[in-house]
Amino acid sequence: MSDHAQAAHGDHGDYAAHEAHYKKIWAVLLVLLLISFAGPFLEIRAITMITAFGIAIVKAWLVAKHFMHVTAQPRFVIYMLSTCLVFMLLFFAGTAPDVMEHEGAHWAKVNPDAGQPERVLHPEAHGEHHE
Amino acid sequence: MTPIATSRSTAGLPTGTLGVWWLLASEIVIFGGVLCSYIMHRLSHDWWSAEAANTNVYIGLTNTFVLLTSSLFAVLAHAAAQRGDGKLAARRLWYTIGGGAMFLCIKAYEWSMEIGHGMTISSSSFWAFYYTAAGIHASHVIAGMIAMAVVAMDAAKGKFLHRVENAGIYWHFVDLVWIFLFPLLYIAK
Repeated sequence: MSDHAQAAHGDHGDYAAHEAHYKKIWAVLLVLLLISFAGPFLEIRAITMITAFGIAIVKAWLVAKHFMHVTAQPRFVIYMLSTCLVFMLLFFAGTAPDVMEHEGAHWAKVNPDAGQPERVLHPEAHGEHHE
Repeated sequence: MTPIATSRSTAGLPTGTLGVWWLLASEIVIFGGVLCSYIMHRLSHDWWSAEAANTNVYIGLTNTFVLLTSSLFAVLAHAAAQRGDGKLAARRLWYTIGGGAMFLCIKAYEWSMEIGHGMTISSSSFWAFYYTAAGIHASHVIAGMIAMAVVAMDAAKGKFLHRVENAGIYWHFVDLVWIFLFPLLYIAK
């Protein structure tokens, strides 16, 4: 076999290996999806949270690393994305107490249940929840 | 004429790819803000769990499967483009677009069922968040499908094959957002 043909054969082998790798990651993602779906059937809140959000983080990492090739990008791309993520979390930390607390040292919410559907506020008057 | 974003490379990345990463950095703030707001309200309003119990987990599961599979085709299209096979890359991009179309059809069916049962965007703050988060995501799916169709048409002629990767990065991000929306809207009840 000539050098050129050998190189071509080697390249083809690399591409086939890459595609096999992507399919393997996809299969892992599907298994994780089924686990996150099955978690709530155990009816244990802690397990539901772990299988739902813990697995979501793992799936997101697999997609970012193997499909988006984030780790193969120049370092500044990671910094750019991380900066936006950190600022977004700062926004969350800054506003969360106002939303999640119903009263503070010098304030209290006038209507903490604003946005609640009328059927839940007055179940005896309106009857039912949606099935 | 070759677009500047195709021929110029800055900071060790083609300009087009750099632009996609900047776009995604801004999308992190948009979707992150929506998801964090949802979590804040979900934790502070116990009655949201009763509302969340109305979402159909089987539809969410199916749509997650569809998006993950479409992401597989997007990365396989990138692999084909890397070895210079534009026709195969284009075909795989069309499969990805098909996945996006299937996702939207399932979403349309789901929403029509929910609206038919009286659960509209103005029913409660839970449903306002539900339709807003899923709606913003669906609009990104549509945008990704349009961009990918343009890239696929060029790729079929063997032109601008590096754009296949850019379209793929965007699509994977849309998939990644759904990975978090699925447990938030369908699992955590």
